[in-house]
Amino acid sequence: MIGIGHYVTVSSILFVLGVLGIFLNRKNVIIILMAIELILLAVNINLVAFSSYLHDLTGQIFAMFVLTVAAGEAAVGLAILVIYFRDRGTIAVDDVHNLKG
Amino acid sequence: MITVLAFYLFATLTVLAGAVTILARNPVHSVLWLIVAFFNAAGLMVLVGAEFIAMLLVIVYVGAVAVLFLFVVMMLDIDFAQLRAGFVRNFPLGLLLAVVLLAEMGIGIGAWSVGGIKLGTPDGSAPTGAAASNIEAVGMLLYSKYLFLFEAAGVLLLVAMVGAIVLTHRQRSGVRGQNIGRQIARRPDEATVNVKPEVGQGVTL
Repeated sequence: MIGIGHYVTVSSILFVLGVLGIFLNRKNVIIILMAIELILLAVNINLVAFSSYLHDLTGQIFAMFVLTVAAGEAAVGLAILVIYFRDRGTIAVDDVHNLKG
Repeated sequence: MITVLAFYLFATLTVLAGAVTILARNPVHSVLWLIVAFFNAAGLMVLVGAEFIAMLLVIVYVGAVAVLFLFVVMMLDIDFAQLRAGFVRNFPLGLLLAVVLLAEMGIGIGAWSVGGIKLGTPDGSAPTGAAASNIEAVGMLLYSKYLFLFEAAGVLLLVAMVGAIVLTHRQRSGVRGQNIGRQIARRPDEATVNVKPEVGQGVTL
């Protein structure tokens, strides 16, 4: 029988994959953004699973807000990426030190 | 039985797609695998009866965010082989971090399954939505208790949209654009007229 533990396990693995993705693709901002989306997806799975487990819909409402923030983050992040590429011709994270004093 | 099968199918595919997303050589493949991951996660959510969030996930992610990623990945002309140069060097550190995180979560789940912490008992104030369908229950809650948060989310999306447009908007010089003000202010008597003058007569302008 499938329990809450199964769901928490899946979301843990997905979360770890997201963190691993950030570390593995240290140079590619696009993959880093996708890894962040994976992390947020793991959080959403957790929220929904516990919402179902506790019979409390608040978790699903909160998952919706997480989704909203994720969409906004992706839009603004990719916009920053586009103007950075237009300006510098590269998106390598190692070269990003414009704000360094 | 079918539920168990469906769960393992969705869970395996979600985890697999997530792994390929971060490991794929080509970012376009990464985006496509991300779509697979989100789709299967939506399946996982349907299994526990959260249809609304599942459909939202498909619409928002597969329909909007993934397409946005695809646009950017294909628009930027990047040498991706060069970007992966540090992959092997960063691998041990990343793997160590992943193992530590996973171990922590395993300990957490193990401890929870043994005894678990009782944070409190449900006092019945939380809406269960058992009577209505999931979408109906979510709507009831969203438009009553969380109305202001809901509107704040809308404002957040508006700000994100305006921000993205302002960031990527480029003021190009040397372009002859349409002057809408002059167009609207134009009167019939100052407009160009079509005349048919006799040969040799000419026209007064």
